[in-house]
Amino acid sequence: MSSTISLQESVLHTGHADEHHEHHHHETFISKYVFSQDHKMIARQFLITGIIWAIIGGLFSVIFRLQLGYPNQSFPWLEDFLGHWAKGGKLQPEFYYALVTMHGTILVFFVLTAGLSGTFANFLIPLQIGARDMASPMLNMLSYWFFFLASVIMMASLFVQTGPASGGWTVYPPLSALGEASSGSKIGMDLWLVSMAMFIVSSLLGGLNYITTILNMRTKGMTMTRLPLTIWALFFTAVLGVLSFPVLLSGAILLLFDRNLGTSFFLSDIVVAGKILPNEGGSAILFQHLFWFLGHPEVYIILLPAMGMSSEILSVNSRKPIFGYMAMVASLFAICVLAFLVWAHHMFVTGLNPFLGSIFVLLTLLIAVPSAIKVFNWLTTLWRGNIRFTPAMLFAIGFVSLFISGGLTGIFLGNSALDIHLHDTYFVIAHFHIVMGVASFFGMFAGVYHWFPKMFGRYLNNTMGYIHFWVTIIGSYLIFWPMHYEGLAGMPRRYYDFSNWESFKMFGGLNEFISLVAMIVFAVQLLFVINFFYSIWKGRRVTTENPWGANTLEWTTPIRPGHGNWKGEIPEVHRWAYDYGKDGKEFITQTTPVGADESKDH
Amino acid sequence: MKEFFLVIIVAMIFLVIFQISKASEYVSVLKGEEKSRKQNNKINGFLMVAFLVLGLIGVWYCNELYYGKTLFPQGSASVEGEQVDLMLYITIGVTGVIFVITQVLLFWFAFKYQEKEGQKAYFFPHNNKLELLWTTVPAIFLTVLVVFGLKNWFKFTNDAPKNSVLVEITGHQFAWDMRYPGKDGVLGKKSYKLYNQPLGNTLGVDFEDPESWDDLHTTVMHLPVDKPVKLVINAMDVIHDVGLSHFRMKMDAVPGIPTTMWFTPQYTTEEMKVRTGNPNFVYEISCDQMCGKGHFSMRGVIVVESEADYNKWLASQKPEYFTLHPEKDPGGNNQAVDSTQSAPIAIAVPKSN
Repeated sequence: MSSTISLQESVLHTGHADEHHEHHHHETFISKYVFSQDHKMIARQFLITGIIWAIIGGLFSVIFRLQLGYPNQSFPWLEDFLGHWAKGGKLQPEFYYALVTMHGTILVFFVLTAGLSGTFANFLIPLQIGARDMASPMLNMLSYWFFFLASVIMMASLFVQTGPASGGWTVYPPLSALGEASSGSKIGMDLWLVSMAMFIVSSLLGGLNYITTILNMRTKGMTMTRLPLTIWALFFTAVLGVLSFPVLLSGAILLLFDRNLGTSFFLSDIVVAGKILPNEGGSAILFQHLFWFLGHPEVYIILLPAMGMSSEILSVNSRKPIFGYMAMVASLFAICVLAFLVWAHHMFVTGLNPFLGSIFVLLTLLIAVPSAIKVFNWLTTLWRGNIRFTPAMLFAIGFVSLFISGGLTGIFLGNSALDIHLHDTYFVIAHFHIVMGVASFFGMFAGVYHWFPKMFGRYLNNTMGYIHFWVTIIGSYLIFWPMHYEGLAGMPRRYYDFSNWESFKMFGGLNEFISLVAMIVFAVQLLFVINFFYSIWKGRRVTTENPWGANTLEWTTPIRPGHGNWKGEIPEVHRWAYDYGKDGKEFITQTTPVGADESKDH
Repeated sequence: MKEFFLVIIVAMIFLVIFQISKASEYVSVLKGEEKSRKQNNKINGFLMVAFLVLGLIGVWYCNELYYGKTLFPQGSASVEGEQVDLMLYITIGVTGVIFVITQVLLFWFAFKYQEKEGQKAYFFPHNNKLELLWTTVPAIFLTVLVVFGLKNWFKFTNDAPKNSVLVEITGHQFAWDMRYPGKDGVLGKKSYKLYNQPLGNTLGVDFEDPESWDDLHTTVMHLPVDKPVKLVINAMDVIHDVGLSHFRMKMDAVPGIPTTMWFTPQYTTEEMKVRTGNPNFVYEISCDQMCGKGHFSMRGVIVVESEADYNKWLASQKPEYFTLHPEKDPGGNNQAVDSTQSAPIAIAVPKSN
């Protein structure tokens, strides 16, 4: 192969016979670290941006937990930091709601969508399917930079005079459409919408790329049914994103029109702040349909990558094949399809047609079936394994535990007659934080601990990893488990202060306890961040190509793979990714040809 | 100063953990990485089962602490809500059993099958019978829950009984207003365009419509006990939500789209004071849909009383038409005016309660 063939071309023509010499590609600092088109660098960019956002989003929750835990106390230092938003050391209600809104927006979109699937889809897809890079490295780079742009705009909205968006992360109009109704619905809301539009573009560019890459660029022998479950999960995640994010984009644009151009898509019959508005004929409920048509798939966009990575990590560290591979793929597929058919279960109490509601009850509870299959398959994967508790494995086990706990309460909320009672109470907070927030974070941590050696050529510190895991899982349960009880007492979400409510004020002590634990858990996440950055430069070096004894292709690359991933030919695949413990062998990598005397199973 | 020391202490703890972690890595290199890995494995395996045991104790203890503070012990204050509580018990029962079984298996397997010298993982890639089992069993349980749930759902969302007491409730930032239909049993027409703060017409009632003349406008909701009540729910500005946790009911208030909800209160406020053992007990309407900075303070009060007390209260209320147009009030001492002529007259009068 001639040395003049650029990397770009060799990526486009992934001929397996192509020889590849990475050192012929001249890289400057800008092209290597900033406008990089290497999927591994883009993954690291997503991850680090996600970590920064996670610190901000987590810190916001600590600040508003101060208000919830200590409603009668003032914190003068808060005023030093937040100025008029914390006059006299007391968080103002407007800013409390801004913090709640931004906490949700940041963690759902910027951390658990971009930071989680952006990181691992970018990192793992080419490495695990055997490709030199994404189908379009250019679009991939743009995907990150649109995300960066979205981040800059969202960050800017935190500093405007009237404050950032404060109508909740679901930004229901008319509240979010009318500046008169809430100061957060002034310029902060426009910035929120523009930022989300950029975010959606980023997500679409990424998603299209992931789908194309998985379908077209698998190496020789890598049939779809030999793909590791991580790739299947990331594939369905991308499909969900590509089909549902545009609907949110339409909602965001219509809302921008209502706000700035005097249209009435979501507005009708409104008197706000003593002023009769001219808008007529719109429907506030329409926005909720548009929002949740993305919003529900969104929770699976967040959860599926965590499921896929946990499946892979559980199998590798149990030294045992994942149980029921085809059932796992089928249940991912079922979840993916059902994800589009359940959005209105967020709207049972909006005055939705009861018959329509009943259909959504049926479809919603149907999701419990594939979820149950996955849980039992994970349990069977552990059964009679030979388990190694790496920090990644601990987080994967924690993921399963949290997914069970949070998933089961979904059965309550999906049943409309119960949802009437529990809707918008702390029960909902407990449910979705456990199942989609903390569980997905556990999947993400599992992924980071497991693939950190591949990302940076060094290990994360194990001891800090163990401390991180145990404090986080104990803390998460301590924070969210008792919230179910608050919800069963009818305590509503998004309340700044409960002390004037005869029905809800008896939980003061519990709220203080939860706030205290939340601070400790947040501090331990900072420990993880320290571990992360320290280990990038000073961690223990990886000395072998395949430190976990795993079967998948990424462990056949050099310890620090360059752009293009494999020196020489891309390896050929001869089997599925889960031949652990087969025929008395500890593991058989995907690149090992099937032996003549090998047993036929799978 | 306290905060400053707190920061210092936290930073010190971080530093100590960090140094220990670093040191332990060196130790593991000295000891041999394989050996220290196995030690770590043992410790974490033990912690798995310890977490399981302590966790289950914690679940029980949490229930001891907080069950009494939920709405279960006082029971549902509405007849319909009893179905909700029953459903909750059944669902908690079913999911509780699954929760315990799966969590026990998860952490027990993790502990039991931790890496041991000479132990070999069992190659077990799939088993159709098992997979079929855990597809069908959850499906059957869910069918039962769905059937039960939908039966209640259709009951709750069906039309209110004919003899229901009709009350209109309107949410606005950040309070609730009620309207009662008066003797004719019909609420007068209204339109948001007729909203007029200076005239006191804050709900936009159409006083040209004679049916509005006997309507009452109040800020506290009074309801008779043991009679179904139908709420017609409106919002003036943004979306609110009428949250009635004691009655196990909830419905959004959406501007431009009236919604309804019905239930049958079965205990008076006085009876609930006894049932809950709380002498300050009141039925509260909580706004359950984020509606702006005062969302948390958007509180309404419902007084449930005997039918006799309720009728007495109704009789004591003056229709809004007369409070806003005192000259039309036959009970007032203003001059008689032609009652068919009803152009609003600009006199602002404070609302009666």
